Amino acid sequence: MHTDLSVINVIKKFQDFTAVDSVSFDVEKGKFFSILGPSGCGKTTLLRMISGFFEPSSGTIEINGKNMAGIPPNKRPVNLIFQNLALFPMMNVAENIAFGLERQKEKRSVIKTKTGEILERVGLPGFENKKVDQLSGGQRQRVAIARSLVLEPAVLLLDEPLGALDLKLREQMKIELKILQTQVGTTFVYITHDQSEALVMSDHVAVMNKGKFEQVDTPRNLYAKPLTPFVARFVGENNQWSARVTGLDHNPDRQTALIRTPEGNAFKTIMRDRLEPGDEIDLFLRPESIVLEPDSSIETLNRFTIIVKSILFDGANSRILAQLPESEREIQISLPQTGQFDYIQPGDRIEAGWSPESGISFLREKAIL
Amino acid sequence: MESGIGHIISQRKGDPMKPGIRWGLVIFITPVLVWLTVLILLPQVDMFIMSIRAKNELGEMVFSIGNFKLFFLEPIYWRTFARTAIFSILVTFLTFLITMPIAFYITKVVSPKFQGFLSVLILMPFWVSELVRVYGWMILLRESGVINHFLIKFGLLNKPIEMLYNDATMIMGLVYTSMLFMLVPLLSALESLDNSLIEAAYDLGGSVWSIATRIVIPHCLPGIVSGSIVVFMLTLGNYLTPNLMGGKNGLWFTEQIYNQFIASFNWNQGSAFGFLLLILSSGIIWMGLKLTKQTLGKVVQ
Repeated sequence: MHTDLSVINVIKKFQDFTAVDSVSFDVEKGKFFSILGPSGCGKTTLLRMISGFFEPSSGTIEINGKNMAGIPPNKRPVNLIFQNLALFPMMNVAENIAFGLERQKEKRSVIKTKTGEILERVGLPGFENKKVDQLSGGQRQRVAIARSLVLEPAVLLLDEPLGALDLKLREQMKIELKILQTQVGTTFVYITHDQSEALVMSDHVAVMNKGKFEQVDTPRNLYAKPLTPFVARFVGENNQWSARVTGLDHNPDRQTALIRTPEGNAFKTIMRDRLEPGDEIDLFLRPESIVLEPDSSIETLNRFTIIVKSILFDGANSRILAQLPESEREIQISLPQTGQFDYIQPGDRIEAGWSPESGISFLREKAIL
Repeated sequence: MESGIGHIISQRKGDPMKPGIRWGLVIFITPVLVWLTVLILLPQVDMFIMSIRAKNELGEMVFSIGNFKLFFLEPIYWRTFARTAIFSILVTFLTFLITMPIAFYITKVVSPKFQGFLSVLILMPFWVSELVRVYGWMILLRESGVINHFLIKFGLLNKPIEMLYNDATMIMGLVYTSMLFMLVPLLSALESLDNSLIEAAYDLGGSVWSIATRIVIPHCLPGIVSGSIVVFMLTLGNYLTPNLMGGKNGLWFTEQIYNQFIASFNWNQGSAFGFLLLILSSGIIWMGLKLTKQTLGKVVQ
């Protein structure tokens, strides 16, 4: 497969502060690649290095196999969609889109047809003569994408372009953006702090923290098999629980650890790291991997008692906020809206369970202790 | 002024709950109206009446358009007039060319903590009067001046040359005098320009030239026009700099007006010239606004 963008060991330092620390990744042609991280993690700096506004302190950025060192932004085959979109208010929609084509010395007639085509493609046919300030948020979004896509860049960089939209529109644009990307087949590199945007749209997601990539993987794997505690915490909801390893269960298929929580619950969980008895671990449990009132016939299940504190109704995303008996520890558990659990009331004492396969455990980092 | 009165009346019409005159507005607007009437409108009317009167053969003051006729018949007058107009436009344009990069540098290139310092640095020469500044230039440029002294000392010249009293020096002086009045509106116009627009244009393949002409200048146009109006009017009506730095045969129209009032003591002729200058500046500003598709209301904001 052809690689459109290669970032090799890129480091960016601002005086003493290292914003991007030895980041390497490849993006294949036509893929949707996201960089997900909290604000200040260095993702924008990384994007600005790819687009050419910053030069890396060290490392190489290659686009289409060509080293980009020293090439200014206006000479790179990448285009950036800015966070605030940066549409030119002094021009109408057609002039905005034509700006880049004019710089490439295209003929007027070619510019006119290309502008018409790209507007059609983003779902804004006939919008040529509209003023930028007459457009709605979603329409501005599309014009900004059209303005960059019309130049047929090797890679389209997007810097949290959905951040300014309201929730409903954001959900809609997420899907539209993914469909558009599939249609045009341009490589997208998308940065965001919103995990849902990254998971829904991307082929691959890199989770970035403090200038480093924690994990680069498919959205499914990020969710199911996080490699670091940060990824487990950042991608999706998770209940975090500390525990101590009390024993190992050597099974031919998989290694299982016997653990005990400070509250006194004894659980089994599969091991990701090599664990020894006595190790302190962090255990992560997804709200949906905890089962309410499990069938007593399932033997392998870890079982424990909870006291319902409150019910957080949010449609399909509803949760129970529960507490362990004689403890302050709070746990969130998915509450399926099938009517099966409608009888549960705050204050109820019920049983919950989870299967050892769904536990994600990490050896506790000593520094945090 | 008229719009002020119109405002009061329309407020009365628009608000049936308050049938009386809005006294608060009247109190605030009265000083402005008095100032405009007594200090601007009345003198202008008086000037106009004076300009259309002249002595007849018997020495009596009668209605006459002779003052205006003389302007067109005597080449020295209308040539000076045209020269003043063209040079003022040139000075305005040069001031813009020099000031625009400075304003861009201060607002977009320099780190924010130096912006204030640089602005003050440019403001500083304007703490002394124009007269002193012009004399400063004369000390530098005259035949026995500082620049000649050093040029001779370093062997670049054999004998001193006169750098004063020519058109180039006069234009330089006028540009120097007007720079601040262009810089201030440009700074505030550039301040409001979102940096990401410049970056987006750069990212889309824009060169320095295309970013300047398609993004920066269109955005700053109201600021550019308002700065240009101020610089143009100040230059057109400048008396000191052309008189001190300009050559003896390079007259400025204000000097003609001065001569009529003070030297010839012909107030009627002077008034006619003054009126012509007013028409000229209004006409050129009107044309400038039309050409740049701006309105006065937008520009003076």
